[in-house]
Formats: sequence, structure tokens, C-alpha cells
Amino acid sequence: MNLGPHADFIIASYAVTVFVIGSLIAWIVLDYSAQRRILGNLEDQGVTRRSRRTGKDER
Amino acid sequence: MPIIDLANPTRFLSIVNRVLPWLAAATVLVFAFGLARIMNAPDDYQQGATVKIMYLHVPAAWLSMMCWGVMTVAALGTLVWRHPLSDVAGKAAAPIGAAFTFICLITGSLWGRPTWGTYWVWDARLTSMLVLFLLYLGVLALYWTAEDPGRGSRAAAILALVGAINIPIIKFSVEYWNTLHQPASLFRRGGSAIDPSILIPLLVMAGGFTLLFFTLHFAAMRNEILRRRVRSMRLIQAQELAEART
Repeated sequence: MNLGPHADFIIASYAVTVFVIGSLIAWIVLDYSAQRRILGNLEDQGVTRRSRRTGKDER
Repeated sequence: MPIIDLANPTRFLSIVNRVLPWLAAATVLVFAFGLARIMNAPDDYQQGATVKIMYLHVPAAWLSMMCWGVMTVAALGTLVWRHPLSDVAGKAAAPIGAAFTFICLITGSLWGRPTWGTYWVWDARLTSMLVLFLLYLGVLALYWTAEDPGRGSRAAAILALVGAINIPIIKFSVEYWNTLHQPASLFRRGGSAIDPSILIPLLVMAGGFTLLFFTLHFAAMRNEILRRRVRSMRLIQAQELAEART
């Protein structure tokens, strides 16, 4: 595939997009595992949500 | 089942956990198909290969505006019905919208240099898009820095509603003001001005970006619900510790 005389601009565009979306995905995935870990630690310490105590879903 | 029951955070989590893997797989497949189509798409007769930047720039621009639309609806849910899932949806959408707007601005700049001869010009379309990015940063600042999350959410919702005025300004900026940016070539009277050999990859990439948005948005909403559970459990823990000491 020949990108012509402006190949640098095309490659830079795709590189920036991949970097920004990749960073967003990494942040969301790492945040999910962090929140799951903290929730697990709190549950191990015996902390329960009020909705769990009353048997109702949290709104 | 009433539709409002679907907005229950616990039920939402169970639905998201089931839907997310399929949504992510569909996103990857559509992007793979779109990239294959881009590689085989012809160059533009005027712009040459730089037209390949369009396959990123245009979907990112659409999504940046659609994301603000999602935040506007969520803001109404937060302010009018005070539904917690609306607030979760608004907060989760903001960083994704900011990222798409950033991509739109950077790729537009990189496309502008070889085609217009400049990276940036302070015309209506580019400036209104930059304003959208700044509005996203403002919403994020309100969500992330407010000491009281409830007050921060209401302030961010008001900013989302006010900022919605900017969306039609972006859309019609190329028609009402002088600008280097080309006018609408897809959604216009008389149909699309783009040849199908370039239009089809563009629409496939737009589909991929839209699927990516919903995948990331649902995943970020799930994180936000878990974060709020952590916060409420920590408050309960602190309350129990304080009661045990007295």
C-alpha cells in the first residue's frame, strides 16, 4: 500500500488514535480489576451493603 | 417488567456482564473488516492517500457529538428524575467523549496540514470543536474534583445541558460561517457526495467506532457502579468503627 508523499501524517493519525483508544481501554480494564479487588477486600473484612442486609437491590 | 426496572444498577450489572463480551467481539470484527476495506479503498483524486485519515477523523467527530447527546439525556435523568444510573451514565461517558474529541482534533490537524497547508485555523468548525473538548474537560473536572459527589454530579449535569447548545453550532458551522472545513458531504440534501468505494469503508468504521463507544461506555458504567458500592461500603465501615468506639 503506497501512502504517497504525506505518509507521515497518515501514520501519525493512526498512531495517535490507537494510542488514545488503547489508553482508554487499559484505564477501564485496570479500573475494573481495582474496584473488584477493593470490593473483595471490604467483603473479606465483613462489610456488607445496606441493600444486602435488607435483601433488596441497590437503586 | 417495567422499563424503569432495567435501570436498577444490580440488574444493569448482570445485563452488562452478559452483553459486554459479545459487544467487544463485534467491535473487533467490525474494525477488522473496516481496516481491510480501508487498505483496499482507492485514494481520493484530489487529496491522494491522505483521505485515509478521514476514516478515523469523521467517525471520531460523530461519536464526540453523539457522546455529548448521551450525556445530555443522562443529565436530564439526573436533574429531573434523580435516577442514580443516569448519573452513572453521564459520568462514564465524559472521558470517552473527551477521548473521541481529542482524536477528532488531532487527526483533523494532521489532515489539515497537507490539504489546507495549516495545522489549525480559528474558524467556526474547528473552534466549536475545541470548545466541545474544553466542555468535556470542564465536566470531567466537576465529576472528579467535587468533594460532595452529589453536588459535582448536578453541576456536571447542568454543564452538559448548557453545552448541548454547542452541538448544533458544530453541525451548522460549515454552512453559516466561512471556514476552510468542507461542508457536509454525507448527510445533505441530494444524498451523499462520496463515492461508494470510499463511503462504504467510512460507514463500516463509523459502525466500529459506535460499537466501541457502547462497549467502553457499558464497561465504564460497570466500573462506576462498583466504585459507588466501594464508597458506600467504606462509609458503612467508618460508621461501624465510630459506633464501636463510642
